[in-house]
Amino acid sequence: MGWLSQSLNSSIGKKFVMAVTGISLILFLIIHLLNNLSMYLGPETYTALVKSLDGIKPLIRVIELVLALVFVFHIFNGVRLWLENKKARPGKYAVNGSVKNSTLFSRTMIQTGSIIFIFLVIHLNTMWYSFNFGEAHATHDYYYFVAEAFNSNIIYSLFYIFAMIVLGFHLNHGFQSAFQTFGWNHKKYFPLIEKIGFLYSLVMAIGFASIPVYFLFFYGGN
Amino acid sequence: MSAENLKLKLKIWRQKGPNSAGSFSKYEVAVSPDTSFLEMLDELNDSLERKGEIPIAFESDCREGICGACGLVINGQPHGPVPLITTCQLHMRNFKNGDTIWIEPFRAKAFPVLKDLMVDRTGFEKIQQAGGFISINTGGVPDANEIAIPKDISSLAMDAAACIGCGACVAACKNASAMLFVSAKVSQYALLPQGQPERYERVQKMVKVMDEQGFGSCTNTYACEAECPKGISVTNIARMNRDYMKAKIISKNVEV
Ligand code: HEM
Ligand code: FES
Repeated sequence: MGWLSQSLNSSIGKKFVMAVTGISLILFLIIHLLNNLSMYLGPETYTALVKSLDGIKPLIRVIELVLALVFVFHIFNGVRLWLENKKARPGKYAVNGSVKNSTLFSRTMIQTGSIIFIFLVIHLNTMWYSFNFGEAHATHDYYYFVAEAFNSNIIYSLFYIFAMIVLGFHLNHGFQSAFQTFGWNHKKYFPLIEKIGFLYSLVMAIGFASIPVYFLFFYGGN
Repeated sequence: MSAENLKLKLKIWRQKGPNSAGSFSKYEVAVSPDTSFLEMLDELNDSLERKGEIPIAFESDCREGICGACGLVINGQPHGPVPLITTCQLHMRNFKNGDTIWIEPFRAKAFPVLKDLMVDRTGFEKIQQAGGFISINTGGVPDANEIAIPKDISSLAMDAAACIGCGACVAACKNASAMLFVSAKVSQYALLPQGQPERYERVQKMVKVMDEQGFGSCTNTYACEAECPKGISVTNIARMNRDYMKAKIISKNVEV
């Protein structure tokens, strides 16, 4: 299988891995957002929903493992590409012309990615851990746990909101970029892909960020 | 006709050789708005020589935008502020009296500076030698239009073939990626019947050499397309990505 690793480690191969993993994460985020938005259906429904997932825990564990691998490959290749690309361009220009020829989103993928990574670590440590092994798992009061986490800690909530805006930035470039990487750039469809990507990023950023906003400002406690 | 001369401050990258450290030197010039950018540098070099100083090294050949020899980064943009032209086609009327102009060489690890504003673009030649051609028996002159090619396809191939190999794409890219250049060279053959026999071997070989030269990877910022003097489209990069992955999957060769 030497040819496979050689292909995936070529400049185009590494990008291909970024695009495959990126699109997988994009699909995952849709499921995740739907799950989060179900909080608006109220404490009973949400808690029942989360509890109902207990029955398929083994399957969820497998999916989580795949997801973790996808993240690892995405992050590993992203950082590797960034380091290699920096080496390919050692000198800086005295005048920065990039403002005129490219978008901010496209130039800051490693920065936005890194912030998402920091968020991810905190997020796993708080939400994921608690839902699976910690406090929320013990009490089964998932809704209350999330509500309190946001309501009682404004710094945490604000960071969460900030990270979701940053995620929107990452996705706004990433979505169409993945299609270009796959070679699906056609003048009939590409403008539509860019628009769908923008809309998707907007829905993700607003959707995810709406939860902490709701519990910070519109939640009366119980 | 005789418009006022423009008084300009130039900050030009001076570097003695490949291994010496470079820095910017300041020059003040007064030029007619009708001169071209390279003529302005010629005039400056004349005056430097008259003073016994070493003239500024820069490349040019055709001076009409077809050879790709010229290529300077002017105020951070390869080939300067005007889209779709080369440095030699840029005229001083695009600048204002009193402007400061920063003039630098292309910066990329794969394009080492030889002297001042001159860089070594042998990397491009090596990529071309790896597959930027078709292998056919020359023989007699074939009849024109012997092979029917749809007009829109031949136009796309011609658009890709418009690449003059100047390297502005590499210079503009924050990763110093050569994808726009290589994809143009791959596409001009991939689109035409004559290019089919070697299509999938070509793309693999050219990408391999591209990677070996130390060019970066593409992050799809599309800065290359924005700065390309010939308007080469990034859809060529998409085509190359497609052909490359397809080649890796279908080709019989394990090693390329
Ligand atoms: C849910 C989270 C994430 C999603 C949905 C996502 C999605 C994407 C997508 C679709 C791309 C475009 C791929 C391409 O250009 O073909 C991309 C690129 C990138 N991502 Fe992510 N990403 C996520 C998290 C991260 C994280 C945590 C990092 C950490 C470093 C990261 C770093 C990068 C980098 C550096 C690129 C640019 C790669 C390149 O163009 O060379 N991403 N991402
Ligand atoms: S000198 Fe030939 S393109 Fe400028």
